[in-house]
Amino acid sequence: MSDLRTELKQSIIEQLNLEELEVNDIANDEPLFGNGLGLDSIDALELIVLLEKEYGIKLDDPQKGKEIFVSIDKMAEYIEAHRTT
Amino acid sequence: MEYKITGFVHIRDQHIFLDGREIFSSNVSKDPGDFLKQAYSELQISYPKFHKMDVLCKLGIVGTEVLFRNHQISPDTALVFSNASSSLETDKDHRKEMNGIVSPSIFVYTLPNIVLGEISIKHKLQSENVFFVSEKFNAALIKDYTTVLLENSNVPAVVCGWIEWKNAEYDVFLCLVSPEGKINFNRENLEELYYFQNERSAN
Repeated sequence: MSDLRTELKQSIIEQLNLEELEVNDIANDEPLFGNGLGLDSIDALELIVLLEKEYGIKLDDPQKGKEIFVSIDKMAEYIEAHRTT
Repeated sequence: MEYKITGFVHIRDQHIFLDGREIFSSNVSKDPGDFLKQAYSELQISYPKFHKMDVLCKLGIVGTEVLFRNHQISPDTALVFSNASSSLETDKDHRKEMNGIVSPSIFVYTLPNIVLGEISIKHKLQSENVFFVSEKFNAALIKDYTTVLLENSNVPAVVCGWIEWKNAEYDVFLCLVSPEGKINFNRENLEELYYFQNERSAN
């Protein structure tokens, strides 16, 4: 497992207060919304904030989140390609 | 019809009382968040969304969870809540963040009546609800509004009372009111239960 994916899982658990989950509970290809982690619309906004704070990526179009916040793998790929910090 | 106080819960100073009997206490931490996290665990509440909530909502979830334990709750059960500080503590957290990137998960709790929504979602209530902000516990207001709902809105039961959070202090007094029970639902009994238990937990 790459460091970025582990780091992302830790950030998501901390930022979204997923206190009953640990890093190992989240699979890299697990859906973040719906039947996977069960995140909600406020969590989606919180993920946009996380991208900006942690990786300097500003999403001007929140709809783009639907393509990025699919899984840890998808998020990591997007961050690797667009990070500014 | 005469209405009764079917059950009542107090949460204050690291103690939780149900119908006057202590069911949980902790001296591990004076921090309300730590206390409520411990209560959540000890009372075996299973609701992961709890951890995302502000303290006011956590107080409401723990309070109603305890209050509903021995009762069948109708989805038409109404909620009549009140406090003095509204959502001030979360408003202050939100204000601090306004110099940088604000957190959406803090912003959503910058209204006191969000606690009513969280309780309604948790217990699948589809009912009337109202949140009053008043200087102190106003038993007459709570009694009158609750009675109007019970008599005119086809509401089978009401959870009513006080849910206050300011700084590290919290003070919850919630009553389940319905035709069932032994304590008459009136202003005097509301005041007696609220003040008596608060004095007791302060000693």
